[in-house]
Amino acid sequence: MRKAVSRIWTAFAILAAGALAAPASAELIGDAQRGATLFERQCKACHQIGEGAINRVGPQLNRIFGRRAATGADFTYSKSMARMGADGLTWTLETLDVYIENPKALVSGTRMNYRGMADDQSRSDLLAFLRTLSDNPQNIPEAEPTARMTDHDLDPAILSIKGDPEYGEYLSSECVTCHQPDGTDQGIPAITMWPEEDFVIAMHAYKRKFRPHPVMQMMASRLSDEEIAALAAYFATLGQ
Amino acid sequence: MSLNRRLFIGTAAAMTAGLAAPWVRAQTKPRVVVIGGGPGGGTVARYLAKDAGDALDITLVEANPIYTTCFFSNLYIGGFWDFENLQHGYDKIAAGGVTVINDMAMGVDRAAKTVTLAGGQVLPYDRLVLSPGIDFKDGSVPGWSADQHAEIMPHAYKAGPQTQLLKKQVEEMREGGLFCMVAPPNPYRCPPGPYERISMVAHVLKTRNPTAKILVLDPKDKYSKQALFEEGWQKHYSGMVEWLGPDMGGGVVEVRPDTMEVVVDGEVTKVDVCNVIPGQMAGKIAQIAQVTDDNGWAPVMPDSMKSKLDENVFVLGDASAQGDMPKSGFAANSQAKIVAMTIRGELTGSKVFPAKYTNTCWSLIAPEDGVKVGASYEPTPEKIASVTSFVSNTGEDAALRKATYEESLGWYAGITTDIFG
Ligand SMILES: Cc1cc2nc3c(=O)[nH]c(=O)nc-3n(C[C@H](O)[C@H](O)[C@H](O)COP(=O)(O)OP(=O)(O)OC[C@H]3O[C@@H](n4cnc5c(N)ncnc54)[C@H](O)[C@@H]3O)c2cc1C
Ligand code: HEC
Ligand code: HEC
Repeated sequence: MRKAVSRIWTAFAILAAGALAAPASAELIGDAQRGATLFERQCKACHQIGEGAINRVGPQLNRIFGRRAATGADFTYSKSMARMGADGLTWTLETLDVYIENPKALVSGTRMNYRGMADDQSRSDLLAFLRTLSDNPQNIPEAEPTARMTDHDLDPAILSIKGDPEYGEYLSSECVTCHQPDGTDQGIPAITMWPEEDFVIAMHAYKRKFRPHPVMQMMASRLSDEEIAALAAYFATLGQ
Repeated sequence: MSLNRRLFIGTAAAMTAGLAAPWVRAQTKPRVVVIGGGPGGGTVARYLAKDAGDALDITLVEANPIYTTCFFSNLYIGGFWDFENLQHGYDKIAAGGVTVINDMAMGVDRAAKTVTLAGGQVLPYDRLVLSPGIDFKDGSVPGWSADQHAEIMPHAYKAGPQTQLLKKQVEEMREGGLFCMVAPPNPYRCPPGPYERISMVAHVLKTRNPTAKILVLDPKDKYSKQALFEEGWQKHYSGMVEWLGPDMGGGVVEVRPDTMEVVVDGEVTKVDVCNVIPGQMAGKIAQIAQVTDDNGWAPVMPDSMKSKLDENVFVLGDASAQGDMPKSGFAANSQAKIVAMTIRGELTGSKVFPAKYTNTCWSLIAPEDGVKVGASYEPTPEKIASVTSFVSNTGEDAALRKATYEESLGWYAGITTDIFG
């Protein structure tokens, strides 16, 4: 239901944008000033931004738009973030929005110990602020009506599906060609003993193509919500 | 519910067996005989034992006690992988409850449902699984036959001593010599395999013998991952590789092993090393069992890999004619899971889910420069049909290519564990 509504909205937005061809009429990303305050409160403990910013717990965040993930100078990223960067993950309005909303959706093993910012408007304000500290803010759309309003968070109904581990075991036979059931983590990440929710969120991030990896996008694209839940339930039990 | 159903089917199966063959009344478990212990057969045997070992009597017949993977054998030629790491034994499959017999299957009597081994043993079966890989088509390359000339002009397309021989020949080639590959016509195992091999040979020559040249004679006008290979050869081995397709005579080739000559469209060229990869067909035992078609491959049902000619026989992997899937180890392993599930369902009453298949093939072009191609598949009434696919892009940066290469290492470890335990 909610999905359908948002899809209709998106379709309408595309129509509207095309018909009017007037970016000025679209709403701005958000309120940069409010975003600055949010940054102070929620990010600054770990990140610096602005003139003279240096790496702290997290990398400095100047010119983040258009930057390939995990390529900030002189910062040691987690293995997981480095892999995403190698895969081609680049920071855009959309990917930043997904990451800040729930860092683990995009990068399961991220070292950014931050639970995420659930409120859509707050993220928009924060992004508007980050945009002002980018090289060429004018190159970044001030508003992106089609991309901005799609929800990234998973429908709670999807997260609440109880997976059937037996079915998951059957389905897992196509995963273990690459992911070893004993949790070996070499070249291909280990996926055993994860909290089920993290697993489901990661699979949906491939399915919805937020994560760039083509093999996993393909694998996830033909799994139903129930099948993803079943796989999560099964892999959670492995190695215990 | 499911327990009842299982009991019922078990009883029915026992009764039928009793009627058909009263002398094996004591035999209670249905028998599955698997011929070929590669990615196809090895996986079927291991999965059957893992999921239904108590209910089934599973025998794996494999000619060699040690399996040498073709996958990564090009990396061995390139110096990126040890020969020992290509080799896998069957002890874990046996420990899982499979009777492993190292012998050659010589005959299949589909009416009597028996398999005869070279050693004389006769194995009765309820279901027979054939995953014998490929054999070479005689006369496919004029002047060359596998029996007589493979020691001079190796194929190295069944991994083992042939691979070691080709590597040695490349390493010992005279300075500035010419390496020639006669590439195979479609269909053949591992579509990108010959071109990954060219990349690996080029890598060896670039480091040891930089004035040497490579000539590829190809009967096909295009090939797998062509743009990626061409880009890579240009980038890493500029000026070294020459590829002649059919319009340049690459399709009408005769070889003369005695004089180390290759005749291309009537013109004689002296070569120093010649890798002949001939046309292919299903492994001989599939021909003997008479489950193959006029082209030499075994047609199968897309939803189960069951032979179209015999409902008690399954053919998978390279030997099968199934539709869009390439002949790869990944594909054979993927098909094996459907075969195991189907057989288990038929013989024990366990649940059978709709079939789906996948494939991904990585290739190494140069150190840490890996690429991949893959697709997912579903059965249609006619064939196994490709649903979605992807392929690496030209112009990708070094970080992505390195990550792709590292993935392939993870995949090798994963799939060999999945096949051999
Ligand atoms: C150079 C090269 C590179 C490759 N790279 C890749 C890759 O990167 N990825 C990939 O997925 N695939 C790759 N492949 C393809 C892959 O090796 C094959 O597709 C795969 O091995 C097919 O598996 P199979 O089970 O059908 O047959 P096989 O692996 O050929 O196994 C058949 C087995 O049956 C045995 N056998 C045959 N007849 C009998 C008999 N009568 N009695 C007893 N035993 C018998 C044989 O000894 C053999 O062990 C490559 C192939 C080559 C040549
Ligand atoms: C508890 C410390 C912490 C907090 C709070 C935090 N971050 Fe991070 N952040 C990190 C770390 C550590 C990394 C590196 C992550 C990795 O390597 O996996 C990171 C990475 C990032 C990156 C990726 C940078 C790159 O170079 O690829 C972005 C973007 C980011 N954070 C934004 C934010 C924003 C916006 C906030 C506030 C909403 C925030 N972070 C809050 C620690 C933090
Ligand atoms: C062809 C090999 C292959 C197959 C088959 C495969 N995966 Fe993956 N998987 C990968 C690779 C490579 C990655 C790393 C992707 C990336 O960088 O985003 C990955 C990543 C993942 C992740 C995220 C891991 C992380 O640390 O972020 C999950 C979860 C996952 N796979 C689950 C599955 C499931 C479930 C299946 C079976 C339905 C499956 N995979 C099948 C290769 C594979």
